[in-house]
Amino acid sequence: MKIARRIAWVLIAVTVLMCLGAGFLAPAHYATQFREIPNAAPSRAHWLGTDALGRDLFSRTLYGTRVSLFMAPAAALLSTLLAALIGGAAGYLGGFWERVAMAVTDLILSLPWLFLLITVRALLPLDVAPMTSIAVTFILLGCLGWAASARVLCAGARSLRQAEFVLQARVSGMHGFRLFAVHVLPNLKPVLYAQFWISVPVFILSEANLGVLGLGVAEPMPSWGGLLRELESMWSPMAEAWKLAPLLLLVLVVGSLQLLISQEEVA
Amino acid sequence: MKRQGFKKQGFRSFGCFGGFARRAAFGSFGNLWVFETFETSETSETLFHETSETFETLSHETSFFMRALYCLLLTLCLANASFAQGGELRFSLHHEPKTFNPLQAEEDSSDTIVYLTGGVLMRVNRQSQALEPALASSWKISDAGRTITFVLRPNVYFSDGTPFTAEDVAYTVRQLMDPALHSPIADQFRTGSGAVQTKVLAPNRISVTFPAPIVGLDKLFDEVAIMSAHSPRKEMAVLGPFYVADHKPGAYVLLRRNPNYWKKDTAGHALPYLESIRLDIQPNRDAEALRLRRGEIHLINVLDSEYYDRLASIAPGALHDAGPGFDTEQMWFNQVPTASLPAYKLAWFRSTAFRRAISEAINRADMCRVVYNQHAQPAIGPVSPANHFWFNASLHAHPYDTQSALRRLQQEGFRQQGGKLVDREGHAVEFSLLTNAEKKSRVQMAAMIQQDLGKIGVKINLVTLDFPSLIERITQSFNYEAALLGLVNVDLDPNAQMNVWLSSGENHQWNPKQATPATAWEAEIDKLMRTQASTLDANKRKAAFDRVQQIAWEQEPFIYLVHKNALSAISESVVGAQPVVLRPQTYWNVDVLRLKSGTGGH
Repeated sequence: MKIARRIAWVLIAVTVLMCLGAGFLAPAHYATQFREIPNAAPSRAHWLGTDALGRDLFSRTLYGTRVSLFMAPAAALLSTLLAALIGGAAGYLGGFWERVAMAVTDLILSLPWLFLLITVRALLPLDVAPMTSIAVTFILLGCLGWAASARVLCAGARSLRQAEFVLQARVSGMHGFRLFAVHVLPNLKPVLYAQFWISVPVFILSEANLGVLGLGVAEPMPSWGGLLRELESMWSPMAEAWKLAPLLLLVLVVGSLQLLISQEEVA
Repeated sequence: MKRQGFKKQGFRSFGCFGGFARRAAFGSFGNLWVFETFETSETSETLFHETSETFETLSHETSFFMRALYCLLLTLCLANASFAQGGELRFSLHHEPKTFNPLQAEEDSSDTIVYLTGGVLMRVNRQSQALEPALASSWKISDAGRTITFVLRPNVYFSDGTPFTAEDVAYTVRQLMDPALHSPIADQFRTGSGAVQTKVLAPNRISVTFPAPIVGLDKLFDEVAIMSAHSPRKEMAVLGPFYVADHKPGAYVLLRRNPNYWKKDTAGHALPYLESIRLDIQPNRDAEALRLRRGEIHLINVLDSEYYDRLASIAPGALHDAGPGFDTEQMWFNQVPTASLPAYKLAWFRSTAFRRAISEAINRADMCRVVYNQHAQPAIGPVSPANHFWFNASLHAHPYDTQSALRRLQQEGFRQQGGKLVDREGHAVEFSLLTNAEKKSRVQMAAMIQQDLGKIGVKINLVTLDFPSLIERITQSFNYEAALLGLVNVDLDPNAQMNVWLSSGENHQWNPKQATPATAWEAEIDKLMRTQASTLDANKRKAAFDRVQQIAWEQEPFIYLVHKNALSAISESVVGAQPVVLRPQTYWNVDVLRLKSGTGGH
């Protein structure tokens, strides 16, 4: 497993580096349409061929990976912070507040999040730049994805509430937010890390789901979801195997993250 | 069964905005339809009698063996006929039907349900384009096109067993014309101010009088599904070949054979042949094509060019290309004065020069080639050249000319500044273009427009939304800047476009439901559309609608992009399908469709 994890680290590092260097590596801008050669096979000029509008698929994959790979952790961070605040505080306070917080969490968990996302997205202003639309998409994912983590963190905080060092701190006169910030939260760190790493691939896949529905990141900005949508109309995968590159990359990155998560959880 | 033919034939149309309807209107060239009444069942009845006589003759004159053989053959024939009955036809709806009320249907899915379940007084034969009697066995237009009198077919019952009478027709017309209902179909009947009068003359006779003459009045009734005045099931009691048996929102609508359907085939067998129709709600066109390929559904009524080419290599026998269809794809700018738009953007959108420039900066030929793989042609206006009579042949496609576009914009006070186009007050020209996420070809066209307009410094933010959210924005809140959608034309007659071109129309999409026309050219269009709708002379109508097309070409409230070819796919297991250009292309004769054994049929 050690080798597998090393490979996972290397793969993620290479992917991140390639994304950062997309401006140098990409043979064309991700939005440029080469209309004379739509759906072209790989060539020297277009290493992964072109999409239905003649856009260079390699460039789009690089930029799309950048979007998904950097925005998903941001959304995961947001959702983990929310989960820490809501779940951690609920577990720490206990009683009425815990019941209320867990009821809200249950309610959020029971909502069909995809429809909720679509509805919320439909209510947003239209005249926004693609970058803003990306940010909005991932902020929405982050704001709606905290509930499962909150339950875990609530359970963690609840167990800490009766821990001896917390009781000792209380006896010493430490109460309220200070006790929560100084003694409870730091001891929830391992859980927080684990929840963060678990959320990253979840948000990558969530964006991909939205993208497949055409409701993710706005055109012409690519994302893994948008790139995967191109595969919907692919009936003979072996005949156009190069078009599977974004899917392959998604599987490799998410798989690598899962490997690293198990390591974090063990830690 | 009585049947009527015509000496003159008009055009008809039925439309919807890529799902939301531009309701139909039916018109004709002539003032008064001249009917030739004849018996369609006569032939079959005669044949039946002749067969009986032949059998009797044989029974007396031939041997027992011959009679037994004859009986055997007859039994085999009957048995064979019974194989044709039953089965479940399956195809997809792209959206959840918004209503089952036939008078309120305004999008594609609801229209499909209405077509399959609704009983109408007369039906336009989608193949011959002739009007045929349905629930009305005959009718007569009088009073210079103001009054229509129907003679109803006797012994007809709704799907729940409630008898069908003239009261039901009167009730339906009252419901239809009720302003509170906001029926999109009703717009076509509103050519003059005043109330519509219904008079029940007898249980099977009724007259309807309109305040002003209506051209092609009878054809308008092709879309008016009759509702029961007395049934406790209200709109769920139907007179069409099928009734709604089950509906699971988001999943499917199941229609079952209406046992009380009035129509019979020439052999006297009760129609429809099919036992049920399952309409799976499937917004994803890729999945729909894949399901056709797997044999899970039987037909795709409107096929995208992309799938046409893919299916061509797998099931060429199932594909049908009828050439350029009547459908258009177009974009438009929001010109609603109460919309929450900055004043300067509203000023751009209201500027003819701005719209013309945007139009000229769009490369339509590329769209036809890249998005539609040549299964489309650049659009000129609201009427496809395939519509030979009504198309204004003096018009030509707007050229793709970015220099000309820039010149127009400069004359209007726009200028380029650092690669961006700015107006005379210095606002950068930037707007959002809305389209529905499910339709990949539209998203691709929008992306092409984005690049084309980028060449003249216009920035477009492309927004894809789910269809219901999009419809809410363009019809209710008007919270959008520009939109790209399709217009589905099933009929040929311009009357069908009344609710689009009249400034008061619900689907006058760039600025609907105006109390008075906002511009002089809209006022002129109003006048011309009313003229063509009330004039009974074909040439005058043509002249009026030619001028409407000319104004639409000059003003470009809709920037027409392409006319798609009429493509459809029907599984070879469906027997009796005769695809046509008019909607619904593949299942217009649903009551006589059958399935081969082992493919859903019994």
